[in-house]
Amino acid sequence: MSADDVRGEILAKVRAAIGRERERAAPEPPEPLLKVPDVPLDERIEQFSAALERLSGKVHLAATGEAARALVEELTSQHSAIASNSPLLREYGITSLPGVFTGYTDAAELKQACASADVGITGADYALADTGSLVTLSAPGEARIISLLPPVHIAIVPKERLLTGLDELFTLLPDPAEQTSSMVIITGPSRTADIEQILVKGVHGPRMVHAILV
Amino acid sequence: MKPIPVESLRATLSNKPLEEAIYASTRRLMEKRAAAIPEHLREDFESWREQANRIKRHTLENLDYYLELLEERLRARGGKLVYARDGAEVARFITQVAKEKGVRLVVKSKSMTTEEIHLNEWLGKEGIEAVETDLGEYIIQLAGERPSHIVAPALHKTRYEIADLFREKLAVKREEEPEKQTLIARRVLREKFLSAGLGVTGANFVVAESGAIVIVENEGNARLCSSLPPIHIAVAGIEKLVPRAQDVAVFLKLLGRSATGQPLTVYTSFLSGPRREGEIDGPEEFYLVLLDSGRTKVLAEPRRRQSLYCIRCGACLNHCPVYRKIGGHNYPWVYSGPIGAIITPQFHGMEKDWWLPFASSLCGACGEVCPVKIDIPRILLDLRAEAVREKVRSGEARLERLAFRLWAWVMTHPKAYEAAGLFNLALRDDESGWKDGVPGAFRIGPLKEWLRFRKLPPAPAKTFRDLWAARRQKEALKE
Repeated sequence: MSADDVRGEILAKVRAAIGRERERAAPEPPEPLLKVPDVPLDERIEQFSAALERLSGKVHLAATGEAARALVEELTSQHSAIASNSPLLREYGITSLPGVFTGYTDAAELKQACASADVGITGADYALADTGSLVTLSAPGEARIISLLPPVHIAIVPKERLLTGLDELFTLLPDPAEQTSSMVIITGPSRTADIEQILVKGVHGPRMVHAILV
Repeated sequence: MKPIPVESLRATLSNKPLEEAIYASTRRLMEKRAAAIPEHLREDFESWREQANRIKRHTLENLDYYLELLEERLRARGGKLVYARDGAEVARFITQVAKEKGVRLVVKSKSMTTEEIHLNEWLGKEGIEAVETDLGEYIIQLAGERPSHIVAPALHKTRYEIADLFREKLAVKREEEPEKQTLIARRVLREKFLSAGLGVTGANFVVAESGAIVIVENEGNARLCSSLPPIHIAVAGIEKLVPRAQDVAVFLKLLGRSATGQPLTVYTSFLSGPRREGEIDGPEEFYLVLLDSGRTKVLAEPRRRQSLYCIRCGACLNHCPVYRKIGGHNYPWVYSGPIGAIITPQFHGMEKDWWLPFASSLCGACGEVCPVKIDIPRILLDLRAEAVREKVRSGEARLERLAFRLWAWVMTHPKAYEAAGLFNLALRDDESGWKDGVPGAFRIGPLKEWLRFRKLPPAPAKTFRDLWAARRQKEALKE
């Protein structure tokens, strides 16, 4: 049977099962349930820090880009690091730190570099206060694997990008697919409890996540 | 109809370490869930459950519309939707893509759908190595077993068994610490990730309007499977659709809390098609394979259609007194626990797995914790009724029917009922060979089998009728 025939057969079965005719529009789906609470920034920062640190991540506050750069320098000293091509990282001078490699535009080269690097440094498009999450949208400036392959991930987020939670994210981005092929919400370091329900960090992704709020 | 697998059930029930492993793990998962839904969140949580139920109902009632919308949107994003009627068609498609591109190694992330169709075996037969990369699934694959829990597939294994397994299969030093075992797996699997030509994942949700899939995980292996290899194929059932991206929020909040007590799992990936112009990494090709394999059959039963709302959180397993005793491997299919008990007979037909809906105390815990409010107890009853009808039709239940007719006749004829009561009283003395509240003469044939695991309470000295009559008399005297 050809792929088109299989498609036709399954769609026909679906229509027969639910009693609908071909090419009829659906009635309006239920109103989305999104509640965006009003939380002042300092409280959001507090929530975010508490949530991420509960997951054994670390939150750092930096007053300026320069302060962020100093924090990254401290965290990456004696280590090899890959930084994404985010304009923000360049602006803060993070990409020019010693031991920080950047500017990769080829997937294979990036893969090789990330596989052996100790630290991955990225921006984050948003952060979510209630869950301590970082939200990254894949873009020319942000590859997917810099936040994934190295054992330590450092993310830089301007504090005005700190949202209250998921509901606000999906209110701001009603359809992430309009902007990127890949939106990833990162909530703490990689973990597993597959052996006797005992928590182990860093199974496939990073074992440590640092968020620097600027 | 097939007999109940009594022997394997008994083997599990007499295996103390296994029983303890299942009991302890499910208890921990129950506690984690409870802690993730504190008092102040209850009201919101209920409203999310209601909303999730509404969305699933709406989507399934208009599924053809959303499937066509999805196909169009996914195409616009450079991806391709492929339909498969059964597991063989999924395997054929993946094999074909792999052979065209000369791929010999496939990395896989955890997916109940691919477990359901035994994808790895199919690929193995074609000479393609498929490696499970979720830690629990990897352990199970090395052991040559099948998952015993929807969320924690290796829940039945102890660290000591895993230590032996890794030493034997991976030729490494025996390590009993879960942390060290995890590092061994990370090292071995990292090599596979870096060299695989194809990544296969499942999808927790498929967003029609966005042409996107959503994958929820904690380890990062699904992100690796969907980012590193040049081709990404996601496999999901046709029931996984939701209309819009905004609908996903409510499901994410329910899923993590219900499954492992996490407000949000570590990684949530929202993926629409292959890498786009200018993006540095990510797959060059993206396919979404949507599987029927029995789903349209369930869809056609309006009363049981809600079985397809399931988001595979595993909460009903953890809270089920039957699952907690017998574990996942005594269920005939990869889906175990209460959800397995309702979907297995619907997918495979009553004939084979008719006994599953009876493997329940009907305590209702499954329905209470279900994040999408599937009325599991009701469907269990519905399937029981069908199993009995089936038995009657095949003439298997003649004796049982006769017994119940007799019972019904006695219960609806007061004189006969009284006589039966007297008979019961007359035989009450234990001298006459009574055991477990039943006279020896009754312990024959099918009744004997039934009584093997059941005890009746001894008959009381006075019947309710006696007590009632005495009370009436006393009241009459008072007046």
